[in-house]
Amino acid sequence: MKKFNPVIKVKDIVKEHTIKISEKTIAKTKAASNFLTDVADVFLFISRVTKEMFSRHFEFKEFLRQCFQIGNKTLPLISITGIIIGLVLTIQSRPALVDFGAVSMLPGMVAISIIREMGPVITALICAGKIGSGMGAELGSMRVTEQIDAMEVSSTHPIRFLVVTRVLAATLMIPLLVLYADALGILGSWAGANIKGDVTFVLFFSQAFSSIEFIDLLPAVIKTFFFGAAIGLIGCYKGYTAGRGTESVGIAANSAVVTGSLLVIIIDLIAVQITDML
Amino acid sequence: MTKSDRKVIEIHNLQIGFGDQVVISDVSLHLNEGENLVILGKSGSGKSVLVKCIVRLLIPDKGTIHVLGENVNELNREGLSELRKKIGFLFQSGALYDSMTVKENLEFPLRRIKRGLSRKETDEKVKEVLEQVGLYDSLDKMPSQLSGGMRKRISLARTIVVDPMIMLYDEPTTGLDPVTSDEISALINEVQRIYKTSSIIITHDIECARNTADRVIMLQEGEVYLEGKLEKFEKSTDPSIKSFFKG
Repeated sequence: MKKFNPVIKVKDIVKEHTIKISEKTIAKTKAASNFLTDVADVFLFISRVTKEMFSRHFEFKEFLRQCFQIGNKTLPLISITGIIIGLVLTIQSRPALVDFGAVSMLPGMVAISIIREMGPVITALICAGKIGSGMGAELGSMRVTEQIDAMEVSSTHPIRFLVVTRVLAATLMIPLLVLYADALGILGSWAGANIKGDVTFVLFFSQAFSSIEFIDLLPAVIKTFFFGAAIGLIGCYKGYTAGRGTESVGIAANSAVVTGSLLVIIIDLIAVQITDML
Repeated sequence: MTKSDRKVIEIHNLQIGFGDQVVISDVSLHLNEGENLVILGKSGSGKSVLVKCIVRLLIPDKGTIHVLGENVNELNREGLSELRKKIGFLFQSGALYDSMTVKENLEFPLRRIKRGLSRKETDEKVKEVLEQVGLYDSLDKMPSQLSGGMRKRISLARTIVVDPMIMLYDEPTTGLDPVTSDEISALINEVQRIYKTSSIIITHDIECARNTADRVIMLQEGEVYLEGKLEKFEKSTDPSIKSFFKG
């Protein structure tokens, strides 16, 4: 029979577990601390941006340039996507509606789904990819090449010039792009309806708009302002706080897209819940 | 310009580090009015960190920095902004704004610091400084179309366009060929002569130091290792200084 020595065994186990728990605890504490620091940094950044928005010297020319950049960069992509959403939605829904003899409801159904959900969310996700990454990469590269520091030492507030203008431009332009995408989506839907059917432009649009109520449009438009602000803020935050190496530019751009897209979905969820209560 | 004993920059017992790493452990120095002070040192000796502390791009852990009589670390935002208008900073990379033309790069600080200028006055000032650096032809070029030496010259033009009282040069000749380096050094002297500036020149380029220095400070391991005229350094028998000067 083997000799049993319980005291040593217990000591070993205790020692081993003590070390493991200790390392895990330190790691978790560090992770929690980093997370809280990041959250605090984001709120600090937002408060600085908000403060600068109401400063005396608003950079109007740069704001207009950013509006043009955002619109110009995304317009072709939004146009193609908008038309395709409408087309696909119509082609997919039509057979089911035909089975139920409800094909006349097609324009209204597609219009509501585009205006309430598909148009805003898909446009915002495209903008998160296109605009958010652009902002992250541009500001990140400006940080790496000391352009932001140069701005600061020449008595220009970089947040006012670079961030406020971009955030406001995104907040204003994304709702406009969504409305444009909605219109093209319904146009695409009319084209889709005419692939297997025959419906006039006027009839299709009058049926579509007669189904839409004010309550469909207003919350959908309001949430797009939040999408725009979130995409602008996250893109700028990631770029502005990028590290010093060139690697940071890629990380900032990537992180801006991921976080921006996630925020769009979260804001959409909150907006849907609020709209549901109305 | 005649050098006076008036101190435009005074630094006392400066200490700064990042995390556990101490970059500057104890540095005290001053810059006299109208003087070209060259700060020499190996890479990582804290030269750039020191000069960034002067304009509060970095905040030191300990010590005081007085610029034109103002304690930099105690200034509020408006005070700091006013002080920065009197300081020109030439960055190591040039830091030209990529999305703007040369003209827009020069107009950017000019419009914000000298707000009362008319369009005609702005154009004349831009033309004047570009002619001084010999690059008026590049007015409508983008920074990506310029060579390294041209970028440094335009960057210098952008700095002097607002008539600063103090110039801080962070490695002005790094990455340039010897001929262009000499041209930049000559330009530094010309800026001092025309604009009556007092300058700190951070470098590890001995030729640049020879061409520009009124006084030299050598930093080593975050402290002032030796201070004096350039001849004192060249005659020094200290092995670390000798090796630095022999390259």
